[in-house]
Order: sequence, then C-alpha cells, then structure tokens
Amino acid sequence: MVSALSSQKDKEKQTKAAVSRRGFLGSAGVGGGILATSLGAQEAAAQAAANVMGPTEVAITLNINGAATKLQVEPRVTLLDALRNKLDMTGAKRVCDRGTCGACTVMVNGKTVYGCSVLAIDAVGKQITTIESLGGPGKLHPVSAAFIKHDAQQCGYCTPGFVMAAKAFLDRNPNPTREQVQKGLSGNICRCGTYVGMREAVLEAARSMKNA
Amino acid sequence: MQNFEFANPATLNEALGLLGSQWGEADVLAGGTDLLSLMKEYLHSPKRVVNIKNIKELGGIAKSGTGLRIGATVTLDELASNALVRQMYPSLAQAALEVSSPQLRNMGTVGGDLCQRPRCWYFRRGNGLLGQDENGKSLVTTGENKYHAIFGSGPALFVSASSFGPALVALGAKVTLVSASGKRDVPMSEFFVSPKSNGEREIALKPNEILTQIMIPAAGTNATYEVRHREAVDWPLTSASVNLTMAGGVVKSAVVVMGHVAATPWRASQAEQMLTGKKIDAALAERAGEAAVANATPLSENGYKVQLAKVAVKRAILKAAGLTV
Repeated sequence: MVSALSSQKDKEKQTKAAVSRRGFLGSAGVGGGILATSLGAQEAAAQAAANVMGPTEVAITLNINGAATKLQVEPRVTLLDALRNKLDMTGAKRVCDRGTCGACTVMVNGKTVYGCSVLAIDAVGKQITTIESLGGPGKLHPVSAAFIKHDAQQCGYCTPGFVMAAKAFLDRNPNPTREQVQKGLSGNICRCGTYVGMREAVLEAARSMKNA
Repeated sequence: MQNFEFANPATLNEALGLLGSQWGEADVLAGGTDLLSLMKEYLHSPKRVVNIKNIKELGGIAKSGTGLRIGATVTLDELASNALVRQMYPSLAQAALEVSSPQLRNMGTVGGDLCQRPRCWYFRRGNGLLGQDENGKSLVTTGENKYHAIFGSGPALFVSASSFGPALVALGAKVTLVSASGKRDVPMSEFFVSPKSNGEREIALKPNEILTQIMIPAAGTNATYEVRHREAVDWPLTSASVNLTMAGGVVKSAVVVMGHVAATPWRASQAEQMLTGKKIDAALAERAGEAAVANATPLSENGYKVQLAKVAVKRAILKAAGLTV
C-alpha cells in the first residue's frame, strides 16, 4: 500500500516536473505582456529582468542531499512544507511553524536554518541537507548513534531537529565544552526535557567523530 | 499566508523598480525570520516579495574612513564573527552573540534586525501598532503589559525589538535608505520613531525604499549588556549600550542608550551627564544607572523592568570601562 502510494506520488512528481523551468519562463513571458499594460513599461522591464515568479505554482529545482530534485511550488510554500508535503521527506518536523522551536532544522549551504522560515523558492541554487542524509539503521551517523545510546529523547518529535543542530554545531566546534554544547543547541526546544541526555550525546559524538 | 509574486533581483536598481509606493504592495525579504511569521499571521500580505539576498552590493563588511560599513544583508553570524566588528565595536558583536539561537543568527540579517516589526502581542494578534480595541482604547495599559514600555508618553507602548538599535544609536551610526529617486543617510537616532497612529511605521523607512547599509564612525570604548529571561529564543527584557570617549582616564563624552524599554532605543542623557568629566568606578556606574531610570513611567505589570534597566546601564558602563561587572 505504501509503495503503491509512493509510486503514485512519483508519477505526479514526474508529471509536474515535465513543466520545466525554461518552459515556465517562456509561458510567463505571455503573462508579463498583459501585466505591462497595468504596471507601466518601466516596471514590466524591471520584472522581466528580475525574474518575477508566481503567484501561481513555479517549477523549481532544489539540491537536496546532493540530488537535484524537481518540484512545483507556489512562492508562499516554505522549504519545510515542500520537503514534507511535496517530497515525502518527513524527517524535519512542523511544530511551531514560527522559527522558534527548531524541530524543522535543516542545513542550507552548511548552516542550520529553520525550514519553516525559508521559502522553498528562496532555496533554489543552494545545498540543502536534511536529516534523511545522516544514514539509517545499520549505518547511523555518530550523532544519531549517541542520541540512542544516551536515551536523548522521549517522544522523539524534536529529535531530528536536534540531531541536525548538533551535527552542524560539531562541524564548527569539534572539541566543545558542555557549556558550548548548551549554547550551541539553544535554537531547539525539547518539551520532554531530555536536555541532559542530549548534551551527553553531543559530547560523546564529538569524541567518536574525532576517533573515526 | 496569502500568495504573492516572488522577485529575485540581482541588482539594487532592479529591486527598487519592484517596490510599491504604499505599504502592502511589496515587502523586502532578507533572512525571513520575521517576514514569514508576519505573512503567516496575515499581518503582512504583500502582493510581491522582493528577495534582496542575491544583490551583491548589499553584503559585506569593510573599513570606510575611520569607521566601518556593514551591508544590510550581512547575517548576525557574519557580524558576530567578524574580526573588525569585534575589535572596533564590541557593543555590536555582543548584541549579535546574544540573539540566542544559532539558526536565527545564520538566517537573520543586520538590516532585518533594524526593520523587524514589534513583538507586542497585541500588535501580533491584529490589534494594530498601538494595541487598541475597536473604540481606540489601549489594550496595553489595561491588559498584559509586562514586556511593554517603561519610557515614553505613548500612544505607542510596544518596545523596539531591534537588538542592534541601542548599540548603533550609541555608536552614532547612520543607515542609508535608497529609493528609485535618490538616497538619504539617516542617523540611527532618527531611524526609529514612535508612531502616533496605527497607519504609521516604527521606522523611518518608506515603502519604496531599501535599507542598504549601516555606516558606523570611529567609536570610543563601547559595550552592550543584555538582561534576558533564561537562555531562550526570545528578545531581551532590557539592554543597555554605552559608548565612552576617554581622555586621561576620565570620561570626555558618553552616550548611554537603553533598549527594549520604549518604542525606540531610549537615550539616558542624565546618566551621560553624570559620567562626563569623571573617572568611572562601581559607585559612579551605580548612580548613573539610577539616573537613567529616574523618569521611568512603568505600566501596571512592568515595574520590574525599571530595576533591570538600571542594572543593565550600570553593567554596560562597567563593561565599557573594562571593569568587573
């Protein structure tokens, strides 16, 4: 059932992807001509040059975990919603949806961001890294493995965001103190309160990544 | 969120041609940390969003004369880790480091910090900038006001949300606002305004303008001290930024600015006068803190902020003077 569903979605993806960016821009040019009568020639020229897209769906290509991924989004769709609802990448979680809780943390060009506060269309041309890239059972990333070992989760809903925040933190601070770990994870919230276990996990991951 | 056109200009001129003449036509997008929330709450529903992150001339930090030029799209992370900023303007670097989420520092920009909308919960739930009911009665004075202003005669009682405003006022910085018809340099002290009606804005920026850069002149010894509620992703309760020009161990001139206590960064001129011509020690800093809050007019629930502001001023002075806080 699951595979039938996802193959159906794959077909949809392919159909949507058939409208290429180039094709879209070509047809958008027709619309641009209509706009020109109401907005004035100067502004219309500026729009053409500035690559104005939408408000209807736009075909974009996102580089997610090293793979070029085609999808169609309205400009208002956030990166988080595009990942979850358009691409079935549900690792990043939607919790507060206001850039506060950190459950949607992903990396863009090597830095952590709140996926709920980035527009998908604004992530075009950037390297997006999600929790899905960190390996699964049998091939766990050291941070994920340390989270399991130290029981660093209860309900687990904040965990993907914390793991991404921890990974990005360790990329930048390979030898952290406990205080630095605390500060480094301050953009994420765990309502179960498993912070002690998480700090232990990040310190252990730092050691194991150094020895790897 | 209402749908919008997304524009991705590569030059400032293109971007300026895409702005509207009225608020509501277009919004400028940089880090998005505030704008996306405003759009999700339908507080902003622009017809067009103009992304300015791909405009090269809006980035970068560089020496300019004896001071520094900071591009509007410089992120808080870039600012906090910049060697020149840390060396010349620790008050600014300290303010950036205190925005307490790594994600927000990676996303948020200096220009966005200055242009973010107030956090007042009445504004955020749609009661307008002044936080009034349908009869024009203030919801702030009669309602929940523990994070609101302790200075100013109103009617605006929200506090300026900017983390850099107080430091930039203290440093005597200017911002450059550019429109298709020209540009103007506005002193930070005039950039923040206390609106008199819901239709106004809390900053001098006009709908057809883009804030392009911040110009900071050479400064004296300077520091920022923030008081915040735990180490949470939240705005400070109060802050103070101090810029001291010293001569022979004595204060030649001082600028003391409090943050998150009024609709604009709030200058404490009585504290400044008290410091001028004196050698700084703990007792003087304490008295300056008291002078800074002497005219405070707290609301029903925020008297505690008077004490926090007093201590923030004292500690910022000690920090700027290189003394133990």
